[in-house]
This record gives sequence, structure tokens and C-alpha cells, in this order.
Amino acid sequence: MRIAILNGHLIDPRNQIDGKQDLYVADGRVVAVGKAPDGFQADQTIDASQQIVCPGFVDLCARLREPGQEHKGTIASETRAAVAGGITSLCIPPDTNPVIDTPAVVEWIYRANQDAGFCRVYALGALTQDLQGERLSEMAHLKQAGCVGVSNNMRCSDNPLVLRRALEYAASIDMTVFLQTQVSMLSNSGVAHEGAVSLRLGLAGIPEAAETQAVANYLMLVEQTGARVHFCRLSTGRAIRMIGRAKYDGLNITADVAAHQLHLTEMDLGYFNSLCHVIPPLRTQRDMEALCQAVSDDRIEAICSDHQPHDLDAKLAPFAETEPGVSALETLLPLTLRLVKAGQLSLSAMVERLSTTPAEILNIDAGHLSVGANADITVFDPAHDWVLSVDNMQSQGKNSPFLGWALQGRVTHTLTGGKLIYQLDTPA
Amino acid sequence: MSKQDIQFDQSGKLRHFLTIEGLPRQTIIDILDNAEKFTTVGTRTVKKVPLLRGFTIVNLFFEPSTRTRTTFELAAKRLSADVLNININASSTSKGESLLDMLRNLEAMHCDMFVVRHDSSGAAHFIAEHVAPHISVINAGDGSHAHPTQGMLDVFTIRKHKPDFQNLRVAIVGDIKHSRVARSEIHALNILGVPEIRVVGPHTLIPREAASLGVHVYHDMREGIKDVDVIMMLRLQRERMQGAMLPSEAEYFMQYGLTRDKLALAKPDAIVMHPGPINRGVEIESVVADGPQSVMLEQVTNGIAVRMAVMSMVLGRKQQET
Repeated sequence: MRIAILNGHLIDPRNQIDGKQDLYVADGRVVAVGKAPDGFQADQTIDASQQIVCPGFVDLCARLREPGQEHKGTIASETRAAVAGGITSLCIPPDTNPVIDTPAVVEWIYRANQDAGFCRVYALGALTQDLQGERLSEMAHLKQAGCVGVSNNMRCSDNPLVLRRALEYAASIDMTVFLQTQVSMLSNSGVAHEGAVSLRLGLAGIPEAAETQAVANYLMLVEQTGARVHFCRLSTGRAIRMIGRAKYDGLNITADVAAHQLHLTEMDLGYFNSLCHVIPPLRTQRDMEALCQAVSDDRIEAICSDHQPHDLDAKLAPFAETEPGVSALETLLPLTLRLVKAGQLSLSAMVERLSTTPAEILNIDAGHLSVGANADITVFDPAHDWVLSVDNMQSQGKNSPFLGWALQGRVTHTLTGGKLIYQLDTPA
Repeated sequence: MSKQDIQFDQSGKLRHFLTIEGLPRQTIIDILDNAEKFTTVGTRTVKKVPLLRGFTIVNLFFEPSTRTRTTFELAAKRLSADVLNININASSTSKGESLLDMLRNLEAMHCDMFVVRHDSSGAAHFIAEHVAPHISVINAGDGSHAHPTQGMLDVFTIRKHKPDFQNLRVAIVGDIKHSRVARSEIHALNILGVPEIRVVGPHTLIPREAASLGVHVYHDMREGIKDVDVIMMLRLQRERMQGAMLPSEAEYFMQYGLTRDKLALAKPDAIVMHPGPINRGVEIESVVADGPQSVMLEQVTNGIAVRMAVMSMVLGRKQQET
């Protein structure tokens, strides 16, 4: 299959391309940028004259719900939604059921994804067996089976001794550790940011210190162990400051934020809007602004979807009894484009945050369009106006606080491995 | 943020009673004035008025309660409504039936009003958002969020003794953090224009952002109740010791228990209130609870009148429609 993407505005930060360039794809790879190779005969031509063409997005955290919670989503349903959002590679955390702590689970997931065939899926292995925070998982086995890193969950971070050893062990086999940052003893049974809104609504609060204390502890351990650590889904301005300082001091760490954290605050809970029930919780206006600023000045290198699709019932209960999370694959691009519109990111920096850098963090061959690279390509129209609705969401989970929002920017074509895997039905 | 509007129907009449927060002052005055009219019903030989004859009211209690449930039941019966009590601890939800399924079933039985007590904040809002259009919901306490009829009966009781809200100093003492009663009282007092509302308690029971509710924060009880006109004591849940929020009941009593000598710091004619049930010797000394300044039993009596007022306003709206 030979595809020519013509007249588009090509953005490839790795190769410092940001301008009108044609792109030629054959046999799953990029074969030329700018001028067609001699004798190139396109089977298919995409006119991208209104569009941006960039490396496919790499999402550092998306839950597909399979195995274990197929009533919420499947590998097929959610990876289909991913490509509709321009995501060609995504990384799933280990908290599936069963937990990703044996090669068998990894292999099962990879095979199921091969059958689905929409995008690339990478798994994070559990840092400890069954994510219990007690015994180390067989990290070398997991690495061999194709895990791109290991990760904790909110619970197992509480034993500093186990964590220290896990970091040391991971460092010795050169695996990146993806840390979720919440001290569960401090977040207790909280469901919302501890502040004026949770006080008014009588909801159990998650204090800022639940995150900052975790980050502080982890930073000390990173310094001690030399592990390569990625901080997942930060939510507080203070944690960002600590991480910024640690980077300045030369620590080898990176960080991401979920896209919804850049657009919503505790105020959006309104009167118990369960679609805004997320963990870590939506925090204050000041925190949100600090997160945006950090994305803008590169202290946060990656924006992820933190996709968590749910069945309808999961959100139909009194607030504290609902399940946290947002169905977010399809809003990753338009939400991030809002930062571009607000002047906080250039388009090229946006592609870095969504594609180039997350690929580097995962250490996978993606996030760039060099000649010879995998032809994972996203084509989007930054000016396409649309309204998110239950009907136009591809994900099985319709739980988005952005339903009804007027969004700008939409993916028109997605190529995975040189195949046109998604095309918007009604281009602008 | 228009969810608040769900308390009112399209013609601006009260349809649900979920929280006092954001209610217009006039609505609160109307409830108080209506309650005034109902106070005499309980003193008659025939304690019944035919206002809600033919209406069916369901008391849906997902959390145990004696006082609130019985006063709601009495209020409904004195208005001549039919009352169904459902205590749900051991009922359907523990068999895996969802809250919504249960509501659908009750709706199918053609009830007119749900009086809901639930241990989860926002439960009443959730139910109100999902019930059929002909049903009204009254919040009888949801988690730590709101207990609006308690808040109303408290200000009703205050008005009986101290009608001039613009010249009042009120202290609320105890576990503000977990108290739906305190939240509802604070909203009601603020809307009625009480110039000085104080909350008194240790930092573990008074969140840092408490001032954002429109109150002054005191950690010293003696300072906190000095020269106040009204002392509203809150019930202390025993669980607070396990949660490391307090060292012991004895220490709490020493610091924040209302004793005769502490009460002497308030105005001489100050009234002492408590939503009940009381922990004698934990938050209040027996002599004070039973003393001349205590209006606790009046609160119980007034609770019936206030609940009659709210129920008749909410369902009376429907009567006018038909």
C-alpha cells in the first residue's frame, strides 16, 4: 500500500520540520518527505491542505478494560476510539484483572491487540506481584515479554522499603518505573480535592499532601537508587515545583499530566457531577494554572489521556459511590489544542507533548517521521468545530465531563503502520 | 452550575428540598412562617389537618435514625398523608439492587414524595435528578453534606427566642468537618443575615477552608462562646477517636464540652441547642442539657412543624396544579 499525503502542514519536532511538506508512505514506512521518490505511484492520496500532519500520538496512560472489565470496554473498542483520537500507540497500566505481572498476561494482551489491529499497545508490568506492594514482580521476565516499564498503583506505594528495592532492581535491568503519586494513607477514603468545594459538599477530601508527600519520598529514593522514574498524572502546583527543582538539580526524571487536569477544577464538581469524579482529583484554579504553565515550559513533558471508560451504571450513584475516571481518548487532541489557542503551546510543542516525548519516555520507535520510520501518522484539522456527544464518541465508555463542549480540532485521518486505519466520515 | 435550580419547578415554586445553600431569603422566611401556623396542630386534641389527604409519602432511610424519621412520619400523618417507612440497611440494596432500580420500583407504586436519608453526600441530589417528574424529594440528611430541615428547625427555634437575626452572635461547637447539620445551619444563618457565626473546635474537626463558609473560626471554646446569644452543640461521633481526630472523649469534654462554667461566658440569656441524640458528658454536661437555657426538646417539637411546612409547600404546589 502506497499512500501520499499531500499539501499538509507537516510537524515533526524530532526532525525539526514545521511547514508545508508532502509525505510518502510505502510498505508500512515513511519513504520520503518533501519530494516523491522516483517512480512512486500512490494507491491512495490524501489531500491535507487544511490539515496538520504529524507523527501519531503516543498516549502514556489508557485503560482498555480488557482483560477483566469487558462490560466497560474491550481492546478492540478502545483502540478503535484511540485511532479516532489520533493515537497510534498507547500504554496500559498494569491494573487489569488479572494484573499484568506475568508474561502470559502481556502476551495475551498483545495477541488480542494484534487481532484488533487499530493501534500499537504497550503494557506496563506491575512493580510488585499482584500490585500488592509486598514482593517484587518478575521484571526481567516482563521486560522479555515486551513490557516497556513497570508501575505501581495508588496502594502499593506505601511501603518505602519495598519501593526502594523495586527501584534498585528496575534500575539494574534498565526498566523505567512509572510512579503514580498518591499516599493512600493520606488520601484515605477521599473522593475530591480537600478544599472549599469538598467542604461545602461534605465530600471526603484528598489533601494536597497526599501527592506532595509521595513525590517527596519518591524523589529521595530516585536520588538514592539512580532509577529512571517517570511521574504519572500530577495534579498539584506544589508537586510540579518539587519536580522542577529536582530536574534542575540534574535528576533523571520525567512527568505527565492528564489532559482533563488542564481544563477543569474542583469548581466543576458543581452539585455532585460524578463525571468530574477523577483520581487524582480536580484541584484548584491555581493548581490548574500551574499545570498549564508546567506543560508550557516543559517541566511536564507529556500530556496523556488517562482514559478510563465506564459503563453507564458506574457513574449513576451518589458521588462517592461512583467510579472515578474519564473516557478521554477522543478529547486528547482538541483539549490540548485549547492550550495552543491560548498561546501556551506552539503547535510543534504540542506534537512534542503528545507524540515525540512520550515515545522517548517509553523508549519505543515512534513519535517521528524520519525516512524509514513506522508510518504512524495523524492528520488533523485544527479548525474543525464540533461538539462532543454520546453519539459521536467511539469509545464504549461515554463518561466524559466534556460532553456538550464546543471543541475545535479533529482528527481526519489516522495511519498505523502505513495503513489508513481511520478516516473521519464528515470532513469539514 | 444550574443544578441548584432543580429545587424549584418551572414556575419558581419549591419542588424538592435538598439544601439550604443558595435558597432565596424569602423562601426561608415562608417556610418559617408556615411552620408557625402548624405549631398549634400538635397541641389540639385532634392532631390532624387534611392538607395532604390522598398523598403517599415514602420515608426512605438508608441510614438508621429515630428522631428524624419519627418526626417526618408524624409530620406527614398530621397532614393526613399516607406514610410508608422503608429502612434499607437490610433491604434491597444489600441484595445488589441498585439505588435507581429501587427508586423505579417505588415510582411504579405511584408515590408522591421521597424523604431520603443516606450516608453518602449528594444522595438526595442524585435521587432528585433521576426521579419521575411527579415526585418530590426531601433531603433528611445526606452524608456530611446537608440536613436542611434540621437547619430550618434550628433557625425556627432561634427565631422563637431571638427574633432579631440581624443582632445575633451564634457559636456552633464541635465536629464541623463531618456535620451536615452544621453546614445547613451555617447556610440558613447566613441567608437570614446573622452578622457573626462562629465555629468552635480543634483543627482536626474544622477544615482549613472553614472560613469560606462565612464563619469565624475559634479553637478555644472559652473565646469562641464568649458573649454569644446562641450555642449550637454538635453530636460527637465515637468513630472520631479511631480516626485519630481526637485523643479521648475525656479530653474533648475538657476542651469543648459545654459545662456550666463555660456557659457562663455566653450572654446570660443565651440559649443552648443540640440536634440530638446527646452524648452526655462528652459534648455537654447533663446539668446544662437539662438546664433552663436548654431548648433541645423545643427543637424536637418544632421539627414536626417545620417538616409539615416543607412537605405542605412542596406537595401543595402539586395540589394547585390539579
